[in-house]
Amino acid sequence: MFRRTLLRTAVAAAGIVLAASGASAQETFKVGLILPMTGPFASTGKQIAAAANLYVQQKGAVVAGKRIEIVLKDDTGVADVTRRIAQDLIVNDKVSVIAGFGLTPLALATAPLATQAKTPMVVMSAATSIITERSPFIVRTAQTVPQIVTPFAEWTLKQGIKRMATLVSDYGPGHDVEKFYSDTFRAGGGTIENLRVPLANPDFAPFLQRIADMKPEAVLVFVPSGVGSQFIKQFVERGMDKSGIRLIATGDVTDDDILNPMGDVALGLVTAHHYSAAHDSPENKAFVAAFRAANGGMRPNFMAVSGYDGMHAIYEGLKKSNGQGGEALVNAMKGLSWMSPRGPVSIDAETRDIVQNVYIRRVARVDGELYNIEFETIPNVKDPAKGK
Amino acid sequence: MLTILFDGIAYGMVLFVLACGLSVTLGLMNFVNLAHGAFAMAGGYTTAILMNRYGWSFIATLPMAFFVPALVGLLLERTLYRRLYGASHLDQVLFSIGLVFMAVAATDYFMGSQPQLIQIPEWLRGRVDIFGVQVGLYRSFIIAVCGVLVIALQLVLTQTRFGSRLRAAVDDPRVARGLGIPVEFVFAVTFAVGSGIAGLGGALGAEILGLDPTFPFKFMIYFLIVVTVGGTSSLIGPFLAALLLGIADVGGKYFVPELGAFVIYTVMIVVLVFRPKGLFARG
Amino acid sequence: MAKFADSVADRAAASLLKRGRWRPAEILFWLVAFGAVYALPGHHLILNEIAIIGLFAVSLDLILGFAGIASLGHAAFFGVGAYAAGLLAIHVTADPVLGLVFATLLMAVVGYVSSFLVLRGADLTRLMVTLGVALVFGEIANKNGWLTGGADGLQGIFMAPVFGVFEFDLFGRTAFAYSLVVTFLLFVVARRIVASPFGLSLLAIRDNPLRARAIGIPVNARLSAIYAIAAAYAGAAGALLAQSAQFVSIDVLAFHRSADVLLMLVIGGTGYLYGGIVGAIVFKVLQEVISDWTPQYWTFWVGALLVVLVLVGRDRVGARVSQLWARLGRGTR
Repeated sequence: MFRRTLLRTAVAAAGIVLAASGASAQETFKVGLILPMTGPFASTGKQIAAAANLYVQQKGAVVAGKRIEIVLKDDTGVADVTRRIAQDLIVNDKVSVIAGFGLTPLALATAPLATQAKTPMVVMSAATSIITERSPFIVRTAQTVPQIVTPFAEWTLKQGIKRMATLVSDYGPGHDVEKFYSDTFRAGGGTIENLRVPLANPDFAPFLQRIADMKPEAVLVFVPSGVGSQFIKQFVERGMDKSGIRLIATGDVTDDDILNPMGDVALGLVTAHHYSAAHDSPENKAFVAAFRAANGGMRPNFMAVSGYDGMHAIYEGLKKSNGQGGEALVNAMKGLSWMSPRGPVSIDAETRDIVQNVYIRRVARVDGELYNIEFETIPNVKDPAKGK
Repeated sequence: MLTILFDGIAYGMVLFVLACGLSVTLGLMNFVNLAHGAFAMAGGYTTAILMNRYGWSFIATLPMAFFVPALVGLLLERTLYRRLYGASHLDQVLFSIGLVFMAVAATDYFMGSQPQLIQIPEWLRGRVDIFGVQVGLYRSFIIAVCGVLVIALQLVLTQTRFGSRLRAAVDDPRVARGLGIPVEFVFAVTFAVGSGIAGLGGALGAEILGLDPTFPFKFMIYFLIVVTVGGTSSLIGPFLAALLLGIADVGGKYFVPELGAFVIYTVMIVVLVFRPKGLFARG
Repeated sequence: MAKFADSVADRAAASLLKRGRWRPAEILFWLVAFGAVYALPGHHLILNEIAIIGLFAVSLDLILGFAGIASLGHAAFFGVGAYAAGLLAIHVTADPVLGLVFATLLMAVVGYVSSFLVLRGADLTRLMVTLGVALVFGEIANKNGWLTGGADGLQGIFMAPVFGVFEFDLFGRTAFAYSLVVTFLLFVVARRIVASPFGLSLLAIRDNPLRARAIGIPVNARLSAIYAIAAAYAGAAGALLAQSAQFVSIDVLAFHRSADVLLMLVIGGTGYLYGGIVGAIVFKVLQEVISDWTPQYWTFWVGALLVVLVLVGRDRVGARVSQLWARLGRGTR
């Protein structure tokens, strides 16, 4: 009994401390950026962190009377660490926004916390559709898988392709790609076969042989960005590009970060995605130039642009909420729309998910470097998995 | 069908080249060097840097992919590894895992975390049709290189004076020393060569397995499987084990893709439970 | 003759009692640990994690430090225990204590069964088999997404308050207190086990299996037993993680968990039970400090520490620690 009372007192005391610090936080407004900075997904973390810092550098650290401070933490891509860090940041560092989240499980593990602590959570990379439904405090500035593949499937059908195969990595986003692409494709009258490869898979040979045996008209690939180049090289090495099987992919495979070193094998590859470093707009040119200058020539990719836009959403949200955090900030971020380096984007007021253009691109050599060159635009795509 | 067999063999060969240095240090020098993959990575990065930054041709980088890790291996052997020859396996495991941690972080720091890509020369790309079997040129190249390597290593170990000295030094260092065999020198050279071969494997395998800073961790398990399943008493054991594993893995993924990585792990456990000293161990 | 036997038995009993006696330093250690529940309110999350992995490391110490079984796959039991507790919470009952007991007992059974795989062969074979078993479990969890949530992790765990009273709060206070109590109780049991004749027979096996067999110790049965106990401990630690995080990721079965716990145990020193906990504290604090300082490259320094530790001789470090321990406790180990 004594313990219980003591516990209550302590919790109450902590509550007061928290409230007090909320009042004194007039000066600083901390954004906890939780990213995989080590481990296999470290490049995600680096891109996003670099872009977020760039944003603060460009727009100044002061917004709506508050000084923005980014607290960067490495979760090594491990979900319970992400959650623990998020909790730690909220409780101890008193951050007002948690952001980042490189992978779906990391975001899902943290979602209940955002609700519990009423802390806005800006998802800058994880792409599984359901994430934003897990907490009313989640806002996403990345992309969702169905948002990319559903219009892509429609586009493929329009090219007169009727027999497809998919090859996806055997994990959440991969299953999403497979499902949403296949559903749309079948609904449009096509036939499609599905193949899954283990996530930690060094050699694609057996799977490529399967595809060669299936003889589809085209094959859609979704694998995490690093492995993608491996796949394409082996695809070309087996002469499958000449056997009449067209290779198409989501933009993860031709990630700007690694596209150039992939070399000529990638030439002509058609992908669908929401951002290319070669996107032709003044906003993007400025962004790419600044990003490169600040990061030793590193080319920004779609993750970087999500990090950049994520910070933008927080800044604009703060302006609208007059510096208030919590629910007010989430509400302020709903319905925001702006010109991003990737093109016009907005935050859907109902789903808190991003609405953006999806581009069909082709890999081509420009000024001696490989880029994804956009040639078709599907404007203002909402996440098709929601609000049906 | 035969294509799958061929791919499996090529895959197994790469595994062997990567692992055979380990089987030398483990089998002959009784040292569990989990950092073996780090040497392989060093070789891969040597090739990638020379090709991408200095425009060397792929073939020209291969000797460097051998020598650089061999040199690093020699240095580390002289300074660090040497002290742990008598230590328990656990100590060796811990020490070498520590090295892996350092290697991974250092590579990440200097080279960035993105995967390194290399362009194999034009004449190794594509595939040819031999008796109705589609054969990838690069994979044939790998098989050829590895085949030569296996034969050469086996000859060195069994036929040369160095080989017999090495075996003597391993069996009983004290007596060997008494007989005038420069044990330290023999060990150092062996270690360096083992590291060099791993580097070569890393360079050859970069195209098939990929190359990024987490390479030593990703493939450590594969190397260990090859070596433990093959047994450590000869080179032939790991060689056959690597082939078996390569074929089983590729074939398993082709015929029953749902099972994924089960095949390779289960094979390992079953073999080790019934033949704790490895499949091809003598005695 | 009978008298002589008596006196040997007496001496043995006395030595066991001496081994089992609580030293002041130990009491102080636990007082400080429990004091942290009140004294360090801002750090309960990390403390909770330390308590959990500390328990996990103690479990590894039971087999490595006391029975000489090296394992690179101890996460198998940790992970399956976490899933067991998580699944029980979702489908059957949200009571944490029941979940903990369930996971612990289940892992004892799994550990006992798998001990027959592990006990064959020498060090290296054991390392590889334990590693293989953990990998297979990981693959099973990954493939059976309908049950485990696959790579997305096991979502939707909701835990009832401990004993219906203490709710899991955002600050991790309840979680820490709960984990600490469990860790403490299990630690006391472990301490009792290693100071028993059974524990002594394990040491004999560790130091010389052949001789141990020759003097009539049923070597394999004893090893199976301690392996099952260690598995149960690891399962308990996993259950604590699942319950306090209210979430289980596939990562609980990953290789790096097994490697990390081995590392902690080695940092803290094997064979005196506190090594696991000390190692967990040092490792986590180091990780926090270094990764704040350089989030990207902290693994480098952890690796360097490990290399230095082995080169200096972890026995020597261990001996230094236990000397200190003995001096503090004015007793012998």
